[in-house]
Amino acid sequence: MDSNVNWRAPSPRLITVRRVQVVVATVAAIVVAAVLGSRGGSAVAAGGVCGALVLGIAAEWFVRRRIRAWGYAERADDLLVRRGVMFSRLSVVPYGRMQFIDVTAGPVERSFGLATVRMHTAAAASDARIPGLPRDEAARLRDRLAELGEAQAAGI
Amino acid sequence: MTEPDGWRRLHPLSPIVRGGRGTIAIAVIILPTLFGARRSSNEAIEFAAVAAIVGLGFVSWLVTRWRVDDDDLRIETGLIRRQSLRFPLSQVQAIDVVRPGLARIFRVAELRLRMGGATGKTARLAYLHEREVDPLRDRLLALARGTAHVDEVASARDERVLATVPTGRLVASILISDVGIMAEAVLVGLVLGIVLAPSAAAGLASGGAVWILSVFQLVWRRFNQEYRLTVVEVADGIVLRGGLVGLTAETIRPGRVQAVRMVEPIAWRALGWCRLEVDIAGRQRAEGEGRAQRRSLRAVLPVGSRAVAEELLDYLLPDRPREQTRPPSRAVWKSPLRYRMLAWGRTPTCVATTSGRLRRATNWVPLEKAQSLRRVQGPLQRRLRLASVHVDTAGRNVHAVIRDRDVEEANDALEELVASAEAARRVA
Repeated sequence: MDSNVNWRAPSPRLITVRRVQVVVATVAAIVVAAVLGSRGGSAVAAGGVCGALVLGIAAEWFVRRRIRAWGYAERADDLLVRRGVMFSRLSVVPYGRMQFIDVTAGPVERSFGLATVRMHTAAAASDARIPGLPRDEAARLRDRLAELGEAQAAGI
Repeated sequence: MTEPDGWRRLHPLSPIVRGGRGTIAIAVIILPTLFGARRSSNEAIEFAAVAAIVGLGFVSWLVTRWRVDDDDLRIETGLIRRQSLRFPLSQVQAIDVVRPGLARIFRVAELRLRMGGATGKTARLAYLHEREVDPLRDRLLALARGTAHVDEVASARDERVLATVPTGRLVASILISDVGIMAEAVLVGLVLGIVLAPSAAAGLASGGAVWILSVFQLVWRRFNQEYRLTVVEVADGIVLRGGLVGLTAETIRPGRVQAVRMVEPIAWRALGWCRLEVDIAGRQRAEGEGRAQRRSLRAVLPVGSRAVAEELLDYLLPDRPREQTRPPSRAVWKSPLRYRMLAWGRTPTCVATTSGRLRRATNWVPLEKAQSLRRVQGPLQRRLRLASVHVDTAGRNVHAVIRDRDVEEANDALEELVASAEAARRVA
């Protein structure tokens, strides 16, 4: 199933978005660790800062792998979405089963011109989403999925 | 109670019935005062409170009205926050007629329409007069089918009883079920406590009274709901009827069953008993809704022998897999307990999966109902070269999970199931 389809990936800018988020969170954690640790002496403060830094670097590595693993492919009758490094998932969502499609963009995502597309079926478990698509690609995908969904719609 | 433009109101006694236990409590408080049996120091406050509650109930009745249009049911309600709800009848999955004990005293009944679709809401008409409920249900079912003629339905009222539950067996099955055993343990504990150390037992019982009562309530509810449950085949689908104090009659439209599950708890297995449940579409996570709406997984056979269950299954899923295959033996490292039960099988139109250790559960999902398919692999599964395939349905509780199969097999299964589901959808 993986070999003969044309996989597409989220925009590389998504890595930058996530990196910004990781850096902001890490800086905040370092400040907190420094302030709280300074009460218990310089050794504790240094330990806390190092811990926060290590966590930040680990998160950066993890986030990059996670985004690289993300992909989607449009086939004749269904959309494939794969994601996850530790827990890898491959979802197959038939176009006819899509009930509605969300396009959302948070403030950071929006400032990089990115958006997240989320497909909803009647089953809550089939949660398929693709983050970090360039805005026009997200709009194209949404329109195409809506069009195909309407053409192939099947009753519950 | 009909207004000129077809809007109708609920039964005037609805607020009282809907109040349920609250109504009984109010009656207990107010009646002695009314008849002078008890002199209360703050009579005025009591009366004011009761009058306010009664007034609110009356207002809620006054502002609620409903109407059946060509192809949808509309309900308007709310005084301050006015709500206008529209329920398209083509999305109706099942219609329930519910009559709790209090409603039976006042000769009223509630009509509940369970909807599929993106929202999966439940439309409630609580309460209507007993005599208008059945005709209304038939009319709604006819409209849902797209035929506006009810007479045709009335003539097609041939019923065929598919299964029913003897009371003795129901009692026995509840006594050896999980809640039953819990209740018995509590009972034995109480009796032993009273005999051996009365003072300590009394303290314990008063402390945990709520908990103890809730255990017995669970047992009672199960018995009350499943008492003489009968499955009947009619023109509009299947009807599940039953109940002791509160009666329910649930009509599931044909082809609306999303999944079927057979549960065999360990204590029942020795007797060859099982329980059969059907799942229909609806909202999965029901927030802020009453218990009554959350309970959507309905037993079609609360307890029965394998032979009876097979008969019902033949009716519900004629083309279901008879044989199931076992996972590779290394899956025992991933699922040490349920490994013994894990299996799955398929036909071109249906998937079956078995899992569970103490409660063996077999799930069947007709492939035309599959909403999406997923292949999932966790870190441990990757080490063992295993993967699971999920078949998601619009039902609330039952999904088929083909657990811990060889990676190659899982990939092939995913591919084949996607193709079969596609084909099944085309036929449907």
